[in-house]
Amino acid sequence: MNTATGTATNASTGTMIHQQDLHTTTMRSAGQLIKRSLINTRRLPSAFIPTLAMPIFNMVSFSGTFFALTKLPGFPTDRSVNWFMPLGLAMGAAFSGVGLGFSLIRDLENGFYDRLRMSPTSRISLIVGPVLATWIRVTLVAIFVFIVGGLLGARPTAGLLSYVCSLVAALGISTIGAGWGLGLAFRFQDMRGAAIMQMSIFLTMFMSTAQVPLNVMTGWLHAVARVNPVTNIFRLSRSGWVNESSSGYMSWSNVYGGLIAIAVLSVLSLIFAVRSLQKIDN
Amino acid sequence: MTKNSIRQTLALGKRSTLELFRQPAVVVPSMIFPLFFSFLGNSSFGRTTSLPGFPKVSSYLQFQLAGTIVQGVLFGSVTGAAALATDIENGFFDRLLASPTSRTGILFGRLAGSVLFGAFSTAVFIFALLPFGADVSAGIRGVITMIISGALISLAVGALMSSVALKTGSSEAVQGTFPLLFILLFFSSAFFPRETMSGIYKTIAGLNPISHLVEGIRALSLDGFTASATARAVLVPLAIAIIALFIANAQLNKRLRSN
Repeated sequence: MNTATGTATNASTGTMIHQQDLHTTTMRSAGQLIKRSLINTRRLPSAFIPTLAMPIFNMVSFSGTFFALTKLPGFPTDRSVNWFMPLGLAMGAAFSGVGLGFSLIRDLENGFYDRLRMSPTSRISLIVGPVLATWIRVTLVAIFVFIVGGLLGARPTAGLLSYVCSLVAALGISTIGAGWGLGLAFRFQDMRGAAIMQMSIFLTMFMSTAQVPLNVMTGWLHAVARVNPVTNIFRLSRSGWVNESSSGYMSWSNVYGGLIAIAVLSVLSLIFAVRSLQKIDN
Repeated sequence: MTKNSIRQTLALGKRSTLELFRQPAVVVPSMIFPLFFSFLGNSSFGRTTSLPGFPKVSSYLQFQLAGTIVQGVLFGSVTGAAALATDIENGFFDRLLASPTSRTGILFGRLAGSVLFGAFSTAVFIFALLPFGADVSAGIRGVITMIISGALISLAVGALMSSVALKTGSSEAVQGTFPLLFILLFFSSAFFPRETMSGIYKTIAGLNPISHLVEGIRALSLDGFTASATARAVLVPLAIAIIALFIANAQLNKRLRSN
């Protein structure tokens, strides 16, 4: 590719492609992959329903079972659903992202992916398309979770920003999960990768402030959660759901750490996905 | 039961036990995950033991021990029942039917593996958590009773899951019941006492059989070796096991008739 003149060479034909055409092709291919993913969601609701049911189940069961946590001194909210709704949403988002890895494994096993790779499709679109489709699905999940959470008594403490922060955190987590899931799927190319995807995401999420804030934790978990970047993402997600008097309440200092964690982890996981895809191509 | 059918049941029981222990990749997660959740819970909820309504415990792990045992046994039982469904899928079940094997031995032999694994995993959970503060007030007699209770829970859940396996003949369907068990577990008193819950959650946890299975074992762990604790730990899973065995046997007969 000649970046200085803004042109690229098509490897098979040797013809020159303008940078703009390449960009258009990438976006068009990504658009088609988004469409395919959304059609699959409509045609196979059984694959999407767990993604929708999981955050609801998490939110309902945790808020009910661990209701008494809110009575602990220093707990940042007096509504357990305010605390556990962002957890449910984050879990749903993470597994939506990782679910992309499962679909990819299916496509790799049934040969569909080979056909995609044989086509003159931009390689980046094979990553960008599914990730954007996941964003759409996560947004739908988030709307559903916010509605159910509201019915269960969740009340934002920072107005519209509460929803925005939780949504941004969910989209970030889904991107990280998607990059990680796609990368592992490309590497393993079978269901062995699925177990690692689930296990790693699950452990990373729970070894953070997923269940309780840092000031309530004790022992080894406190040490791990303090350095786990997911803790920052949860801080961002919950900043608009904790009491105004709480130290975790909406402020730039409580938000920027989460944004940085999302940016860094997303870039790293997407690089991992791209490198793993290149490995298959080679 | 004749001498021959006992021998056949024992042989099938040995097969199912060896099958479980020879596939560590299948059964180890059912032991690792409950232990992980215990340690996670101990660090997350360690301070909650002072909340009003929380029973008097030396540590959260002592409270959590019963939940860990039931959680591990539930997951292990699903694996055992899935193996029965796999026998149906790959034709081994039909070969057993073609041979002069005791029909009930097919079911009881399979459950024997789950029961032994349930007892084994209960012992592992107790001894793995004991050094970290999961004391058993009932002492060694309590530990033995807890192991018996774990085995009975395994029998009860294994029989229920075997009914699903016999009805559907699909290991995927058996694995599909896993989320249901997970939901039942979370809406029970496995992780937090019912006394600290309120409203509908408290009612659901009260009606949930998992709560009663957990609380039986928990009584031994917290209250000591009392008649009431022992009865709760043994009789509740026994009653559920008897009902579950009737259901599983009915499903077996149904499948035999359809064959």
